[in-house]
Amino acid sequence: MNIGIRITHALKKYGDNVVIPDLSVDIKAGEFFTLLGPSGCGKTTLLRMIAGFNTIEGGDFYFGERRINDLDPAKRNIGMVFQNYAIFPHLTVRKNVAFGLQNKKLPKPQIDEQTTKFLRLMKIEEYQDRLPERLSGGQQQRVALARALAIEPEVLLMDEPLSNLDAKLRVEMREVIKEIQNSLGITTVYVTHDQEEAMAVSDRIAVMNAGVIQQIGSPKELYQRPANLFVSTFIGRTNLLEAQVVMSGGFRGLQFKDGLRLPMDNLTNEAQDGQTVAVSIRPEEFVIEDAQAEGLTATVAYNIFLGLNTHYFVDLADGKRVEIIQESRIDEIIQAGTPIKLGIKREKINVFTQDGSRSVVR
Amino acid sequence: MTKNKKGFHLDIWILVSFIILALYLLFMLYPVLRISAQSVLDGDTGAFSLRYFKQFFSDPYYFSTLINSFKVALCATVICLVLGVPLAYIYNVYELKGRKILQPLIVLCSMSAPFIGAYSWVLLLGRSGLITKFIKSSFGIKLPPIYGFGGILLVLSTKLFSLVFLYVSGALKNVDNSLLEASANMGRTGFKRFATVVMPLCMPSILAAALMVFMRALADFGTPLFIGEGYRTFALEIYKQYVGETSVNHNFASAISVIAILITLLVFLAQKWMSNRSSFSMSAMHHIERKKPKLIPSIFMHIFAYGLVAISLMPQVYLIYLSFRNTSKTGNMFKPGYSFNSYLQVFNTMGDAIWNTIRICGGALVIIVVLAILISYLVIRRPNPINNIIDTLSMVPYIIPGSVMGIALVVAFNNKPLALTGTAIIMVICMCIRRIPYTIRSSVAVLGQIPISVEEAAISLGASKAKTLFKITVPMMFSGILSGAIMSWVTLITELSSSIILYSSKTITLNLAIYVMVNQGLEGKACAVSSILTLFTIISLILFTKVSKDGEISI
Repeated sequence: MNIGIRITHALKKYGDNVVIPDLSVDIKAGEFFTLLGPSGCGKTTLLRMIAGFNTIEGGDFYFGERRINDLDPAKRNIGMVFQNYAIFPHLTVRKNVAFGLQNKKLPKPQIDEQTTKFLRLMKIEEYQDRLPERLSGGQQQRVALARALAIEPEVLLMDEPLSNLDAKLRVEMREVIKEIQNSLGITTVYVTHDQEEAMAVSDRIAVMNAGVIQQIGSPKELYQRPANLFVSTFIGRTNLLEAQVVMSGGFRGLQFKDGLRLPMDNLTNEAQDGQTVAVSIRPEEFVIEDAQAEGLTATVAYNIFLGLNTHYFVDLADGKRVEIIQESRIDEIIQAGTPIKLGIKREKINVFTQDGSRSVVR
Repeated sequence: MTKNKKGFHLDIWILVSFIILALYLLFMLYPVLRISAQSVLDGDTGAFSLRYFKQFFSDPYYFSTLINSFKVALCATVICLVLGVPLAYIYNVYELKGRKILQPLIVLCSMSAPFIGAYSWVLLLGRSGLITKFIKSSFGIKLPPIYGFGGILLVLSTKLFSLVFLYVSGALKNVDNSLLEASANMGRTGFKRFATVVMPLCMPSILAAALMVFMRALADFGTPLFIGEGYRTFALEIYKQYVGETSVNHNFASAISVIAILITLLVFLAQKWMSNRSSFSMSAMHHIERKKPKLIPSIFMHIFAYGLVAISLMPQVYLIYLSFRNTSKTGNMFKPGYSFNSYLQVFNTMGDAIWNTIRICGGALVIIVVLAILISYLVIRRPNPINNIIDTLSMVPYIIPGSVMGIALVVAFNNKPLALTGTAIIMVICMCIRRIPYTIRSSVAVLGQIPISVEEAAISLGASKAKTLFKITVPMMFSGILSGAIMSWVTLITELSSSIILYSSKTITLNLAIYVMVNQGLEGKACAVSSILTLFTIISLILFTKVSKDGEISI
């Protein structure tokens, strides 16, 4: 039953306004694939092109071997979960879930059986005779999911399904979604602007900006080896420092503004001696050392104690402020005004060309 | 990001669009074009001529009717605003006693044909009216005559102020309480707040109400007919030129009709222009909390609200009273004592009229509701050039006075292949054309609140477009549509200005029957029929309050 989705050279325009210029992607069968990006990046537009609610101005969309560009949305056999749930308010929970099955003209006993199965799966059987307005947000979300899954679609599409829930429920529901997807193994395309949510549920994530896919990869790849500066700043938090590539006298590495030299053994061949680069160092990739050690010279500006971690905001010699995260320790928190040195976990950091378009580390 | 679908979708909706467009072209545009053509033809020679327009504008006898109509419409609009806006404010901002009853009563004021009101006022305050005679015999005071300009204003104002009330109440429901609190916080309360905060917030609705009242007052001819006594308005003149006993001139009637359409178009555009300048959208998270007024203001408020309703309802109540008076066998004279004679006579002779009312108005209602749903769906969900044209066409009836539409239809469909004059069909068509804009407006409002994703959800679950519409969209619109339909029903059964031109002995309705009987001097029967009509209206209103969500009437 599981099928992949292949999109080649997709084009979307509204009048003369090009929203998606040229997008190609392969989504594997059974994969949980997420489109992640800031609002207006075209992720929902792309999802609605897959669903058939947006016209396709160019390119080809395939479900498996079947080209679906001109297929009626009702015949694409997709399950869709909407941001506002889009539950039919005049139908009971059970009738909502059964709606898609009735359209398939299945015999009544089979509809009943299938409906009950998914009501049970989503743990909403006890509300089956209620009208949706008497359900909480999380319960409505479960109804929407049960309804989408009940037709046993080839593809499940979800458009920011958790954005209307409060923070705690959001975490709970994303686990429900992940678990159900795992157990059914259905090919899923998920749209969100919340990177933590994306990392929590996805097998692979496509980071989008301005209608263009910036990088496709597993959550780990995106976080640890972002393909460009946009991805590195969009996923997680990071500090950007300017540095120079130095490759002379047996030294291969970076030289920072305050003179610190950091040897690097994973620079690509694109890195040339004397080239100015943008270095992305995540808060946890710094190590705080005392003022005599080797590292970037800095002074603590203030700190935030958050329990598990303590965040330090420190000023470098040139006045630039950077953020550092350390696991909280039992001894004293380092107070504002204290001079320190910052060590760098060199194997973890990322280096980009000065315009940020490409990474120069392996 | 998800809207702005452009271009055509090749599906059943295109077909629906074309059918509706064809209906509008055939039954609305074509008649209006025919009447326009007739207005520039010489009635004797059939040659092109502007003589009727020249005649109208050069002869003060005719031209004065235009001035008179404007005077009536303008004054009635001002009076209705002065009465209706404060009433709506008091009703929505303060806690009044008997609030639940008050609103239906206010609505009831507007729910009868103005000519019935005019007729009843004449019976009360006319030369030999009940109150006139009473005051003369007990105080020796002679009341000023009710006939003419003053009488017309009295009838129209007491009839139409409730439209203003309904529009402004609707707007006040969307005013967020925090706006009132914020202005109080900044030291602005009482009348100053009403004038500088509440009124401007309601301005779009006030303007819309003003347009409605103006158009109705301008197009009404039953009132000047009964109470005008020589005060001639041009709606009356059109009617006289068309069906009058003397000097019937169809081409001249057409010319006046064209002038009327041009004038109402002008008023319509002026209103549009004004309301576009003051347009914004509101929706209240917290409705206005009604406060208990202080004692003295409270007394004045109650006197104002209930006094207004009492005066406005007096004609209808008096007719109900008269309907139980004893009458002579022929039914054209009241005799001492009380009896059900009038009702017995009505039920013996009026079976047809009752059946016609149900058949014609009911048929029109069904068509109106179906078309309004389809049109609002097309306009909101499938914007394309054809549907934009339909949207514009559907507004045209706003500016065509009822009698003009009636004449236009007769002119257009008098001959084969579509000889409809005198049939029930032509009355149904006319009612549909005239009422549809209002029903579309309310369906558009209802549909606009349904997120499109609900329909997309149905489609993604494999439902066809038709199934999505009938199983999902229409049921979700249902309560809104139904309450709109009941309001339409009430307007249809009290319609006079166009059906009076279109009816024949076979298609007479209750409302028309009253008109005929009053003219024939069968006053007892007229009162009985009018009372039956009032009962119909009351039942409809009760149904409405049961059906609508918050039990409140709105338009």
